[in-house]
Amino acid sequence: MADSEIQFLNAVSRPVPHDSARAHVAGRAVYTDDMPEAVGMLHGAFGLSQEAHAKILSLDLSAVRAAPGVVAVFSAADIPGKNDVSPFAGDDRLFAEREVIYYGQAVFLVVATSVEAARRAAKLGRIEYEKLPPLLSTQDALAANSVVEPAQSMGRGDVEAALTASPHRVKGLLEIGGQDHFYLEGQIAIATPQEEGQVHVLSSTQHPSEVQHIVARVLGLVDAEVTVEVRRMGGGFGGKETQASLFAAGAALAAVRTGRQVKIRADRDDDMILTGKRHEFSAAYEAGFDENGIIQAISIELASRCGCTMDLSNAINDRAMFHADNCYFYPVVKIHSQRAKTNTVSATAFRGFGGPQGMIVAERAMDHIAHELCLDPLLVRQRNLYGPGRDVTPYAMQVTDNVAPEMIAELVQSSDYEKRRAKVAEWNETHRIIKKGIALTPVKFGISFTTTHLNQGGALVNIYTDGSILLNHGGTEMGQGLMIKVAQVVADVFAVPVESVRISSTRTDKVPNTSATAASSGSDLNGMAAFNAAETIRRRLVEFAAKHFGVAEADVHFTQAGVQAGTELLSFAKFCHLAYLNRVSLSSTGFYATPDIHYDRKTHTGRPFYYFAYGAAVAEVAVDTLTGEHKVLAVDIIHDVGKSLNPAIDLGQVEGGFIQGMGWLTTEELVFDDKGRLLTHAPSTYKIPTASDRPARMEIKLWAPGRNVEPTIHRSKAVGEPPFMLANAVFCALTQAVAAAAAGGGFPKLDAPATPERILAAIAGLQAGHG
Amino acid sequence: MSVRFLLDGEVIALDEVDPTFTVLEMLRTRLRRIGTKEGCAEGDCGACTVLLGELAGDEIAWRAVNSCILFLPMLDGKALLTVESLGGDHPVQRELVTHHGSQCGFCTPGIVMALYGRAIGALGSEQSVADALSGNLCRCTGYGPILAAAEAAGRTPRDDTALVAALKNLKSTAREFRFQDALAGRERIAFTPRTADELAALYLEHPQARLVAGATDAGLWVTKQHRVLDELIFIGGIADLRNIDEKPEGLRLGAAVRYSEAQASLARLHPALGKLVRRIGGTQIRNAGTIGGNIANGSPIGDMPPALIALGAELTLRRGDTRRIMALEDFFIAYGKQDRQAGEFVESVFIPCPDASDMISISKLSKRFDSDISAVCGGIVLRVEAGRIAQARIAFGGMAATPKRASAAEGFLKDAAFSEDNLEQAATLLAADFAPLTDVRGSSAYRLTVAGNLLRRLWAERQGEIVSVLELEHG
Repeated sequence: MADSEIQFLNAVSRPVPHDSARAHVAGRAVYTDDMPEAVGMLHGAFGLSQEAHAKILSLDLSAVRAAPGVVAVFSAADIPGKNDVSPFAGDDRLFAEREVIYYGQAVFLVVATSVEAARRAAKLGRIEYEKLPPLLSTQDALAANSVVEPAQSMGRGDVEAALTASPHRVKGLLEIGGQDHFYLEGQIAIATPQEEGQVHVLSSTQHPSEVQHIVARVLGLVDAEVTVEVRRMGGGFGGKETQASLFAAGAALAAVRTGRQVKIRADRDDDMILTGKRHEFSAAYEAGFDENGIIQAISIELASRCGCTMDLSNAINDRAMFHADNCYFYPVVKIHSQRAKTNTVSATAFRGFGGPQGMIVAERAMDHIAHELCLDPLLVRQRNLYGPGRDVTPYAMQVTDNVAPEMIAELVQSSDYEKRRAKVAEWNETHRIIKKGIALTPVKFGISFTTTHLNQGGALVNIYTDGSILLNHGGTEMGQGLMIKVAQVVADVFAVPVESVRISSTRTDKVPNTSATAASSGSDLNGMAAFNAAETIRRRLVEFAAKHFGVAEADVHFTQAGVQAGTELLSFAKFCHLAYLNRVSLSSTGFYATPDIHYDRKTHTGRPFYYFAYGAAVAEVAVDTLTGEHKVLAVDIIHDVGKSLNPAIDLGQVEGGFIQGMGWLTTEELVFDDKGRLLTHAPSTYKIPTASDRPARMEIKLWAPGRNVEPTIHRSKAVGEPPFMLANAVFCALTQAVAAAAAGGGFPKLDAPATPERILAAIAGLQAGHG
Repeated sequence: MSVRFLLDGEVIALDEVDPTFTVLEMLRTRLRRIGTKEGCAEGDCGACTVLLGELAGDEIAWRAVNSCILFLPMLDGKALLTVESLGGDHPVQRELVTHHGSQCGFCTPGIVMALYGRAIGALGSEQSVADALSGNLCRCTGYGPILAAAEAAGRTPRDDTALVAALKNLKSTAREFRFQDALAGRERIAFTPRTADELAALYLEHPQARLVAGATDAGLWVTKQHRVLDELIFIGGIADLRNIDEKPEGLRLGAAVRYSEAQASLARLHPALGKLVRRIGGTQIRNAGTIGGNIANGSPIGDMPPALIALGAELTLRRGDTRRIMALEDFFIAYGKQDRQAGEFVESVFIPCPDASDMISISKLSKRFDSDISAVCGGIVLRVEAGRIAQARIAFGGMAATPKRASAAEGFLKDAAFSEDNLEQAATLLAADFAPLTDVRGSSAYRLTVAGNLLRRLWAERQGEIVSVLELEHG
């Protein structure tokens, strides 16, 4: 394949606004719930389990059926195909059958003539349970040997021996909370019955192909009988990678059985109770290091709460392991990972996909080492970075694109880190109640699905005889700007304005067998697939023009003025029409498979990632030692997106990712009670950042020299997930501020999210002398 | 009776309305105005923000509100603007595009309306952009581009001349809405009295009715709990419950005065009160919720009562033509139980002007700065004369089943020297008065600790220490 970088760039690299921006602000962007409804459309609501773990002794739905407006009620017995909405493991039920395994699990579905009628009726199910003891915490589950899969290990060398031989050692524990996606648009699907038992499903999903497969599986249809479509989501963040299937399958079942269109739109509470979240992690680390803080050996034990089924927990926990090194070289290392199966909602994909949880353990270890040696944590970080001769990860992949040292050096300068660190120290000398902290943390995030076969993308480009271009690919739009980036790529192939590329909804009947828009891979995979599709057409057109006008192919050029063939210049529209008259195909599919990646999960070695994306952030915070309240005062970021396809979109991803990460580590706290009930199931109790939480000073730059060493689409880099972990700087700065509150008290035991209560507890711990 | 209102200047009349049908549902399902979104159906995310206008003399007073918890009768006689009303090319919209202020776009219509409200001078528009957005959640952008866009959009006053005339013509006459509820299988009724006298008479006749002012809580009974409310009396439109009376001796607020409307007067009474109001709900909630509702609701975590109790506020209750006055703390008897008789309602609250010798500290502690429910809310007023504490009034929310005074600490401090040791002692005495619960907002131990620390905070502040991170700037 030709290196796409050599193309003349017109649209690409320009900060073009999101293709839907004008529609967004005008209220004209259409989401699933906004679609015109068919006459007689029914509304669905799930009846939810009121126990975390119980046998279902009886299910009496007569009151539900009898409720006003109710048209039909469905439970497991009504499923014609398989009662399985899992991505691969076969353990997620559409409806609980015989046993409920988490509080809020769907047990039945009621469809009624109005949303209100359905939701009220859904509360009327009488379910008789025989309670079983629930396993709610990671620790309880592991103690009972309840896991979704066996523990995994990776590493090299004799860690015990190397730790013993190290001049200095620290060990610690870190609890890391989960996170709700809180996409503003909740889960929703609309299913419309088609002829011969086929079904069309509008789904707010990041993974239309999987929804298609699951709907077919549940209904006992073949994939070709199910079409899934998504125009846009009101946010996804991983929460609509596997979690949309339940709603789509429920709506499809009811639509096929009633012969009417069915919409299921979960209200916010049901959405938060029913669907999976980021994994909670518990981490233990022990590091051995020399007097300069350079790590000799490290042992990292990860354990996560996977919830009641597998979902994607295997890959998510693997990714936590892959990122427990972050930017740092561990000469001797063991990373051990346990995956607890609990009676809580099955944890799922969320921006970073386990990476954040792994990475923050590395940062905690750096802070701990620095504290032990009374060094600036930044110095310890810099000394431990990957570098020449120290460039092999714990999973035996050589790091060949390491730009972290350069980026950190630049950020130290641009953020004035040294001076500000001195000022923070000075502040802490002179202020009793408010303490400040500052930290610089880097990010290195591996790009590719670690399940190698998923790294493929497909596209379909149609050019019409008026020169307009319709672009379709397997990627989905959730706000991240994928569509505009890919449109820019296609526009450049023909040197036409990006506005002449029309974007259409993602449909399984246009581009089949796609991977989820996940793992930050959207523009890498679909951008290249669309590029290949467009290139196929362009090559045909060049060949045609050369023949038609009797010039050499090298003398055919697509320019902003039109198509140049020798001395002839035609508008793109006229040229396309001419090609049509001469029976040249103006449509092509395109395909892309990421090269050079491989991974052996048995040994946890290989090259799971095509490349790494890098970034670095400085955060400065203040902590109130009386109340635990805190504020992020200033943030400086440099982030590497390679050669940006669209700097405006990329900056948006960086800032949005950072703030979302900051929420995860500070205000966003999921609270479950001792019966396994989620108590924080609405924004009244679950607090994502607001505008006031954004630091007043926020300097964000894309790294100017950025260029992917691998031949990705125009040498760009993925940007969806990596910036999320820039927020680790906030957590580390808070740790510094807490330490300053009780100088000499030891290293703070601060857990995430660092709520005011946890901050105060960490300070109290230091003051009591057991830090 | 039908609900009649102006939408983009056109009269819309809706017959046979369910009195708890929300404006959001009406817009989306009846009028197919799908630009307004549901994000949470509880007034916390702002995706459903619309502007509501009512006549104020020869002008229209606009305010941004959450349509998801706004009931249809509350629209009667008013003007409504939705994102579609703006046409797509208002400076707020243009600048949001230019600054890349939308990503997924789902929160965007609500953000547009909140910022449009600020641009046209709606209630609370003197606030900073971030404050104006305190009731809008965006999960994608990190807010920076939105804040920049709003600054760039500037102020764009409306010419409401035609609308004023239209509103004057609209003349709402509806006082009563009856609805045959097929789903519930019975008739339900709602009243919209226009004077306190009407309300007093009506409430005597219908003592089982629910009074609804801003519906910032009652809205959730419907959208979240799916409760069927049979009898409602909407009091938000009662002009003589909306008086703000500032006198040298103190401030009297009618029960239906909205937070945003009271904020400036409260800030004049004491700056800390203004700042407290700023922390209640988001802008849309403050534009709908009332001080009277916050009190009458009797919530143990209501944000206003602790501060008002500490300041010595008095409540005027009215039943028929009978009024009684009580200290605010006496109103709260037990969890869910207030000293209020059948047919009796809160008419006004009076907050005496603090003395120059009063040391006042008001704190709200929550996980998030904006729009969060407090773990602990504290009001401390120490009257210090010649180094001695002549009077101590200390009240907390979130610490007991009701907003409650710290009697033991108050008793200890009265006539004691104003000293660090004595405040330290008082802090430890809180355990005698309070045994707070553990819930999602905080543990019992945390609550007790920080409540005590609020006394230490007051001392430190008096020593010239910086004691809060909330207004700390970088640099």
